[in-house]
Amino acid sequence: MIKVHKLVKRFGSKTVLRGLDFDVQAGEFVALLGPNGAGKTTFLRILASLSRPTLGTVQVAGYALPEQAGSVRARLGVVTHMPLLYGDLSAEENLQFYGRLYGITELNRRVQEVLDLIGLTLRRRDLVRTFSRGMQQRLAIGRAILHDPEVVLFDEPHTGLDQDACDMLDELLRDVAGRGRTVVMTSHDLARVEDLATRFDVLSRGVISASARRADLGKNNLLDFYRQSLAG
Amino acid sequence: MEKLAGINRPSSPYLKAIGSIVWKDLLAELRSRELISAMLVFALLVILIFNFAIELQPDLRITITPGVLWVTFAFAGTLGLNRSMAVEKDRGCLDGLLLAPVDRSAIYFGKALGNLAFMLIVAIIVLPVYSLLYNISLFNPGLLLVVLLGSTGYAAVGTLLSSMAVQTRTRDVLLPVLLFPVIVPVLLAAVKASGGYLQNLPMNEIWPWLNILIAYDVIFTAISFMVFEFVVEE
Repeated sequence: MIKVHKLVKRFGSKTVLRGLDFDVQAGEFVALLGPNGAGKTTFLRILASLSRPTLGTVQVAGYALPEQAGSVRARLGVVTHMPLLYGDLSAEENLQFYGRLYGITELNRRVQEVLDLIGLTLRRRDLVRTFSRGMQQRLAIGRAILHDPEVVLFDEPHTGLDQDACDMLDELLRDVAGRGRTVVMTSHDLARVEDLATRFDVLSRGVISASARRADLGKNNLLDFYRQSLAG
Repeated sequence: MEKLAGINRPSSPYLKAIGSIVWKDLLAELRSRELISAMLVFALLVILIFNFAIELQPDLRITITPGVLWVTFAFAGTLGLNRSMAVEKDRGCLDGLLLAPVDRSAIYFGKALGNLAFMLIVAIIVLPVYSLLYNISLFNPGLLLVVLLGSTGYAAVGTLLSSMAVQTRTRDVLLPVLLFPVIVPVLLAAVKASGGYLQNLPMNEIWPWLNILIAYDVIFTAISFMVFEFVVEE
């Protein structure tokens, strides 16, 4: 579903990604781990077609980036630590706006389905600026899955959320991933991703330095795996 | 995988995407009134200050009116352009727009039409107030045409440059620095054409300035259409 080969990304003289290889099968939930400044967000922005690779090849859902970016965008949902929502529009209006951009027909029915899924039906007519951070993040996930994408990218979705909101978000993430979608999520919080992801990749020094499946890793070994990956 | 009927894979139709962005901007502004109120208060203050600062004989008012009007529109327009793009950038919404499977130029045209609408709303309110303060009738169809053409050029270039400026930390300062040198032909032609209509000059003296406005609108809209994608991408 995602194939990345020898990806290099430079900003001026600074090289952030140094020949990164990354391969994700359909239906996998990959947690992309790494220290601050490792290039996780840069990598996700390239996968999301928001940034162009300097060198290398990137394919998402069978389409090459940046050449077929439009086809990729139609099959991709993205959630970042920013909500990407308009505070002066209601939850329903935000979803309707994005739904129109994605060319969704039967939009009202789909918006209702998504509002039900994210548990915001009762607040559908409230302005987003009156929402808590947790509610905004749930709505951001609703926006990202509105067009039923095959691939969903999450960039630090737990940032700024309290414990309860994180737990609620985890339930929603499981639901999103449980519908057969391919998910890639960056995170610093190992404890939180340990139960969510099916695979853990560590991004360090501009490349994927280690990768392990949850089934192979065993319970409570993620921290050791992560530390060893960074040390190696 | 959850599959829902009625979800299209192809991109949204071009005009529908433009209309959606304009609808979104107008609806958000209707709720917050941040952008238009800032532009309007600023514009009214400018014409009020000019009214007190320049003691004018009635016969001189006609000659200075076009300049005062277009300085007012230009400064107020800058406020609006900055705010319009800042709303997109501050909450990451610009990324939300760029992630949608629509042609990037549709985003440009949607934002530019929204900005044009805000400028015209301000002009519709400022012109009668100016007429009252200066005791000059500005209800001239020719002048309204010049306002439309001048505002179109301003919004076309301003939307492109504000989408560049908004990506920097000094966006509030950078936009006027970038915009005003580029917009000089529009302001000059708009002032001259407005003056021509207010002084009832013959059309052969006004046409050249109208032609400049039309040419500027067409050329800079085309340039913005072509380069917007590169401006908003990293």
